[in-house]
Amino acid sequence: MAYDLEFEKPLAELEKKIVNLQRKGERIKPEERFQLQEAEREVRRRTEEIYKNLTSWQTVLVARHKDRPYSLNYIKLMCEDFFELHGDRSFGDDHAIVAGPARLDNQTVMLVCQEKGRDMKEKQFRNLGLPHPEGYRKAERVMQQAEKFGMPIVCLIDTSGASVAMMDEERGQAEAIASILAVMSRLRVPIVATIIGEGGSGGALGIGVADRVLMLQHSIYSVAAPEAAASIIWRDSAYAQYAAEGMRVKAQEVYKLGLVDEIVPEPLGGAHRNYQQAASNLKEAIQKNLTDLKQLSVDELLERRYQKFRTIGKYTRLQASEMPTSSSITQA
Amino acid sequence: MVREAVPLTEQAFSGKETKPVLPAVGNIAVKCTKCKEILYTRDWEKDLKVCSRCNHHFRLSAHERITLLVDSDSFVEMDADLTSTDPLHFITQPPSHPDQRTYAEKLEAEQRKTGLTDAVVRGHATIETMPLALAVMDFHFMGGSMGSVVGEKITRMIELGIERRFPVLVVCTSGGARMQEGLYALMQMAKTSAALAKLREAQIPYFSLLTDPTTGGVSASFAMLGDVILAEPGALICFTGPRVIEQFMHIKIPENAVNSEFVLQHGMIDAVVHRRDLRPTLAQLLRLYSLT
Repeated sequence: MAYDLEFEKPLAELEKKIVNLQRKGERIKPEERFQLQEAEREVRRRTEEIYKNLTSWQTVLVARHKDRPYSLNYIKLMCEDFFELHGDRSFGDDHAIVAGPARLDNQTVMLVCQEKGRDMKEKQFRNLGLPHPEGYRKAERVMQQAEKFGMPIVCLIDTSGASVAMMDEERGQAEAIASILAVMSRLRVPIVATIIGEGGSGGALGIGVADRVLMLQHSIYSVAAPEAAASIIWRDSAYAQYAAEGMRVKAQEVYKLGLVDEIVPEPLGGAHRNYQQAASNLKEAIQKNLTDLKQLSVDELLERRYQKFRTIGKYTRLQASEMPTSSSITQA
Repeated sequence: MVREAVPLTEQAFSGKETKPVLPAVGNIAVKCTKCKEILYTRDWEKDLKVCSRCNHHFRLSAHERITLLVDSDSFVEMDADLTSTDPLHFITQPPSHPDQRTYAEKLEAEQRKTGLTDAVVRGHATIETMPLALAVMDFHFMGGSMGSVVGEKITRMIELGIERRFPVLVVCTSGGARMQEGLYALMQMAKTSAALAKLREAQIPYFSLLTDPTTGGVSASFAMLGDVILAEPGALICFTGPRVIEQFMHIKIPENAVNSEFVLQHGMIDAVVHRRDLRPTLAQLLRLYSLT
């Protein structure tokens, strides 16, 4: 797999050298064999170094990498017997959200995932992973079904946000998201949500009100996609890099703020370098969290989920002397 | 974006751009920013800041709104001193940008400007002697954006409703989540929605009043969860503002495309109510949904 990100340039050069040497096959000279080994070691060392110190914006680029495994890749590698459910039973079927029951080792779970689509045609089909209102309504429907049958819910989040076209307004994007937020907070089954790439705005939170929220090591989670945030704060989406930095979008930073529960390690150089490894890490983390959550009674589960979100927020009280006094806006 | 009254100073007559602000005491006339009609301030205030010609509803401050809606002197404010701590220490600034103020500095300036500590006022009051818990947002404070403080005050207000079995009212006006508080702001959507889910289980009615504008993270959480959702005429109500839709979809959106009448037509809200009818309407709802 090529190294195609800007900051991976030194790696790309080493890779080229390795490929050239490898091409010699049997005819390789002893000193070249030594060089090859050296270069391979160097690539590993440099990759480790670069990926340990990714900036916010570099992490955004990795999280959006075109080869990064998407939900359907993980479903295929982690689960058996997946049966996809379609439609919200009132308007249509949204292809940006893929949902349905599947076997995860020896239990049935309800999967609710966001899928971006790989090639041009599929991206169009999946609306780039930007769900329409009917997607959230489908998600809500299958989640309530999972509750009925006592199936744990596993969500994979990967979207830069909910779809913002005029037709989404007509069909009530705001209501669809608001409704699923309230419903998820009271579902009587365990919910584990993982951000596998991009977690952007209410579109991501829409399937993210979970008992445990995990993030892959190089994923991002933010209140709005960095471009959107920059245009809101500074009225120019070109400042996206500054917004990404200011909002602390990296998994490590989000974890440090205590807003997610766990970071799932990725293979060296990002999940796209080894799908199998990434999927097995993710599966292990999901399994472990589901096992933990099963120990709790339903009431305890619900109370903890409520408190988990109830306690998020940082505020303080102003001293009487610091209170703003008069307003320059006249009152009626 | 801002559609405020422009005081008729010399500048306004000379046609030069003026900074839109609500008229200061002493201005005898205001110009409607929508139909450009010139209105006497006295008449305009008597009309509850609604343009008598085109029915444009001007934005109100939180305290003006409270005066308008509830029995006089019945409002008891709570948590008036709650303020943001700038949890991300958001000091990142693009060096080339003209506005170099950090979030903390902006907060302080907004507090001085509005006399509020954040974009919502909460407490309890009575309407025609019927008690209710209420929270009223204020667009003048950082565009009514929702950060930790807004989320916390609204959640506490809902919990007050559960505890004392008061019906709950939120008057929304907001541009959405506050970017400078990052994920903390996003999570307020989950927090307020979860509290409302509990309120629902307690079978206590929740009324939501949408005023201009109600967008983004606020519309996608408590604004749209009302048992009864009302809106003032002509308010911008949407998940994504027209400006952003135009920017991302590269299409032109007609003005007033996503307003109160549009969402009413598409079945998202229950009624569009003129400002002067708001108090009687709320009183009627409180009677009909009374908890006896």
